Amino acid sequence: MKILVCIKRVPDMESKFKVDADGTWYEKTDLAWRMNEYDEYAVEQAVQLKEQEEDSDLTVLCIGGDQVKETMKKALAMGCDRGAHIADDNSSSKEPFEIAGIIAEYAKDKSFDLVFTGMQSQDRGSAQVGILVAELLDIPGIATIVDFVYSGGEVKVKRELEGGVKACVTVKAPLVVTCQLGLNTPRYPTLPNIMKAKKKELLSLPVEDLLKVDSRQETAKIYFPEKKGGGLILEGDAPELVDKLIQILKEKTAVLA
Amino acid sequence: MKIILVAEYRDGKLLASFNELMDFADKMGGENVMFLVGGDNDLPKYDGKLYLADAGTFGEYSPDVHKQLILDIVEKEQADMVAFCHSSYGWDLAPRVAFALKAAQVSEIVEIVDGVPVVPVCNAKLRRDVQIKTKRSVVTLQAGAFGLPEEPAGTPTIEKVEGDLAGRVQFTGYEQPESGGVDLGKARIVVSAGRGIGKPENVEMIANLAQALGGEYGASRPVVDSEWVEHNRQVGTTGQTVAPKLYVACGISGAIQHLAGMKKSEFIVAVNTDKDAPIGEAADVLVVADLKEFVPLLTEKIQSL
Ligand SMILES: Cc1cc2nc3c(=O)[nH]c(=O)nc-3n(C[C@H](O)[C@H](O)[C@H](O)COP(=O)(O)OP(=O)(O)OC[C@H]3O[C@@H](n4cnc5c(N)ncnc54)[C@H](O)[C@@H]3O)c2cc1C
Repeated sequence: MKILVCIKRVPDMESKFKVDADGTWYEKTDLAWRMNEYDEYAVEQAVQLKEQEEDSDLTVLCIGGDQVKETMKKALAMGCDRGAHIADDNSSSKEPFEIAGIIAEYAKDKSFDLVFTGMQSQDRGSAQVGILVAELLDIPGIATIVDFVYSGGEVKVKRELEGGVKACVTVKAPLVVTCQLGLNTPRYPTLPNIMKAKKKELLSLPVEDLLKVDSRQETAKIYFPEKKGGGLILEGDAPELVDKLIQILKEKTAVLA
Repeated sequence: MKIILVAEYRDGKLLASFNELMDFADKMGGENVMFLVGGDNDLPKYDGKLYLADAGTFGEYSPDVHKQLILDIVEKEQADMVAFCHSSYGWDLAPRVAFALKAAQVSEIVEIVDGVPVVPVCNAKLRRDVQIKTKRSVVTLQAGAFGLPEEPAGTPTIEKVEGDLAGRVQFTGYEQPESGGVDLGKARIVVSAGRGIGKPENVEMIANLAQALGGEYGASRPVVDSEWVEHNRQVGTTGQTVAPKLYVACGISGAIQHLAGMKKSEFIVAVNTDKDAPIGEAADVLVVADLKEFVPLLTEKIQSL
């Protein structure tokens, strides 16, 4: 069985962001980076499937500059067999259709049985790429799964809907699924697996060879939202903050009465 | 400009979000029609043409089929835009429609400024103005970003959609969330633990503060996904919606899906080490502090009052 999992490297959302010189994306220096949270679930599910199915081969794909190889190594240490790095220093300016186009172009003649992606990225958050890849490859795609069972070519998934309701869906492979938080418990790579990952294949391919579609949208401008909430910000020593907050609660609410 | 508004229907009921689509259409101007895979039993109060496909025939979840139905209507109406909610239904279906129409899809629009769609970036810490380069476009609207101030009161003109279509996936039924246990919706005070608590042992610290205040404790999703707290205490779109007299968010960043479950609280206090955390926008008071230090001190002080 051939499996593909697509991941993205994103900044830690607690970072202090700045707008870049063009004013079309965030400044990429001075940020802490990690694997997109949703993709961690995708990698874990792909690895579990690989472990379940004999003779399977799991490729992790990531688009970006050389730095993303670090994130790919984590996926390799979690259990992916090989890495396909699509070298692109301008990946952050590509819109979801271009990203999906690159992935589909890579995947089209490799007959993957299963493709896993995160349901969205934490930075751009468009929630489109996985489903677009499915459409481009002309195979079924199912968004936002929280449960996945594969058996003999048939896949049973649960999609998470609002209010905690789930929709149960059955479909035949090949297909694409996009993974939602809580799908599984992503493993921590162990030290021996981190060492082993260093020897795994990690090929870089130039994005120019794979980008065959045109962009359909652009970012005109990126900026900080106007602060609307006139909320009070309290800073200082903890004991002092406690007193201040209690004072406020006494004045503004009836909860301490 | 002609827009197709895609309303939603689940488990035999129309979802109230059709009203957000109508508000969006008003803000865009031009003409609009609505599309729904639903039933006669529960129709949107929409003054306009409603293309109604029977959910019994076409299925509540059948993406290939719903896509084709929408494409047929786009063709018939010569529509310029298709609008979905940014919901589990929308993010499954919208990209398919965009792909087939060779259209740009702009996801999670929070507002339209001078005709330009604005979307959030990085957990709403930043915003982006999007320029669409295609003739047609597909959009999804952030939940709660649009909405008519009053309940709409119209009656649609129904045009039934017929057809014989088959999809590749088989929907086999819904699974309801487990019920029972605590009812956060009834609590006067809710103190919630977010990922910022760091480890499961710290749930107790949050529960203690809740108890000192005479309330209940809740949690954000990652805390529930990690199984540190049971699901019926989760606050947000995929958990409970609460509106207590006081909501204290401890180590919670304030993602839109969490805010949706608590922003109607009467008074909101956030405790967070990140002064720029988006929860600050919803909070009446943002205490910039390490919760591990602040929460036990606050609990102690309240107990001694
Ligand atoms: C379809 C969908 C549905 C979802 N439904 C829900 C839902 O129902 N409910 C929900 O909550 N989420 C939901 N989410 C997830 C949501 O998008 C966020 O990922 C989640 O709310 C983040 O939880 P958090 O704020 O606890 O964690 P994080 O975003 O990781 O934030 C942790 C916060 O803790 C702060 N912090 C860290 N250490 C400390 C410290 N020592 N003291 C004080 N502060 C500290 C950080 O500054 C940060 O702001 C959903 C997502 C999707 C896509």
